[in-house]
Amino acid sequence: MSALAFVELEEGLAKKSSLEAVSYASSVENDVTAIVFGAMNDGEADKIGAAGAGKVLHVSDDQLAQPNIMAYASAISEAMEKEGSTLLVLAKSSLGDPVSARVAIKTNASLATNVVDLPDTSDGFKVKCSIYTGKAFAINTLKGDKKILGLKKNAVAVKEDGGSASVEDFAPAKNDTDFKVKVTNREKATGEILLPEADLVVSGGRGLKGPENWGMIEDLAKTIGAATGCSKPVSDMDWRPHHEHVGQTGVKVSPSLYIAVGISGAIQHLAGVNSSKYILVINKDPEAPFFKAADYGVVGDAFEVVPKLTEAIKAQQG
Amino acid sequence: MKILVCITHVPDTTSKISFTDNNTKFDKTGVQFIIGPYDDYALARAVELKEANGGSITVLNVGEAETEPTIRKALAIGADDAVRVNAFPTDAYFVARQIAKVAQEGEYDLILMGRESIDFNGGQVHSMVGELMGLPSVSPVMVLDVEGNTAKIQREIEGGKEFMELELPFVAGCQEPIAEWKIPNMRGIMSARSKPLNVVEPTGDDTSVKTENFEMPPAKGDVKLIDPENLDELVNLLKNDAKVL
Repeated sequence: MSALAFVELEEGLAKKSSLEAVSYASSVENDVTAIVFGAMNDGEADKIGAAGAGKVLHVSDDQLAQPNIMAYASAISEAMEKEGSTLLVLAKSSLGDPVSARVAIKTNASLATNVVDLPDTSDGFKVKCSIYTGKAFAINTLKGDKKILGLKKNAVAVKEDGGSASVEDFAPAKNDTDFKVKVTNREKATGEILLPEADLVVSGGRGLKGPENWGMIEDLAKTIGAATGCSKPVSDMDWRPHHEHVGQTGVKVSPSLYIAVGISGAIQHLAGVNSSKYILVINKDPEAPFFKAADYGVVGDAFEVVPKLTEAIKAQQG
Repeated sequence: MKILVCITHVPDTTSKISFTDNNTKFDKTGVQFIIGPYDDYALARAVELKEANGGSITVLNVGEAETEPTIRKALAIGADDAVRVNAFPTDAYFVARQIAKVAQEGEYDLILMGRESIDFNGGQVHSMVGELMGLPSVSPVMVLDVEGNTAKIQREIEGGKEFMELELPFVAGCQEPIAEWKIPNMRGIMSARSKPLNVVEPTGDDTSVKTENFEMPPAKGDVKLIDPENLDELVNLLKNDAKVL
């Protein structure tokens, strides 16, 4: 039995969440192949190999270099067929989600998303999935002979002790239907740490009083290498772009540390952060509901606490 | 323009989530059910498109009779008629097949729904419907403009957005800020009572994923408060206890 892992590239580099998918696949099956689209930096195939893949199928077709949901779904289905893969593993993302649902229909596979742990194969094939926006889990049996798993971030750790992966060029069949959607432009923040991928997140809320006060959030984030986020009111008021909105109807994050500054902790915001490993809340209101969901708390004025915290971290970094 | 808007019937976002029957059933006690918030955005945009271009809106729900008040609310907001596929929405594949069948028969120009349901958060159904019908599907859509037979779309991606153009018909999973939620007015609520709500039986009973049982996350311990005058202690804790810095 073999597994296929879809690896997304970000500026030529394999995304960490995709490497988690490779490692997950290699914990389930011995024989793991990764599929990669577009230009890949030197050394990335080694990383994918170390994460657990024995082979990388590399699609170098120019027409497929930029993400294309329908064409990628066709190519991945073809790769599963060619490799005899009974399992496809990928990371949840704006690309992975729609691709996996289409592949499920094309290949008649059972699909589970938001998977948080390795499968239990003692009786059938069961996986634990995060539901109700992180407030509960469902144990799901995948009934099909073929299975597709969309992983939530941090479902498994990335392995670094796998072998080396051979790279094989793969030229999937193309059809016109898959190119009906024209992507006319792509706007992407560059050089920033992407929020859904981030291991550390610093978020600001209405307590910061205005967009002009975001400097201290950015300073703290930069000092620890974190992504920046915000609460819904902040993005609704256009203080920050929508892709930074963390919460029930925004980005769901699962970093090792989530720092919330001046955010009261409405239940809809908590829904976006409740799978964080640790939560630090800085708020001047000791009654802020967020403290109940926090591991660490500082009751104090953000305008004093945040710059001092940044300095304290810098001092310890030497 | 004929628009199909698919809605879910889900617990209010402030609901306390718990389970009964040995953790195999969702506990509905005291829970208020609403139109899925993302579906509500899809419906609001459909109403705006209808106001601008004319046409009709059909709202579709796969659910048992208990979902009818939620469907009536969608009619009050501005849908013209409704279809309820009389079945429990067991898994994404089953729901997608039901939607694809209704959509195929109705020859809609646009099939809109939320980016995901807020109960199972799968986000699979729109893409499955697209694939089943041989149509493009786009999600999560933040801007949807239609001119003639062409749509211009902005889709959110990690750290930014993607601009797309495509021909109708297609499937879209919607999210804010595609439109402002609409609150039904008295006239809408009155007229919703007499709008047609057709109940149809499901096609097939194939499912692909079976939910065995539910689990709650482990309870969170108490917060450790640190004096704002002693932030070195906080840095120490983050570094050495939590090991996250």
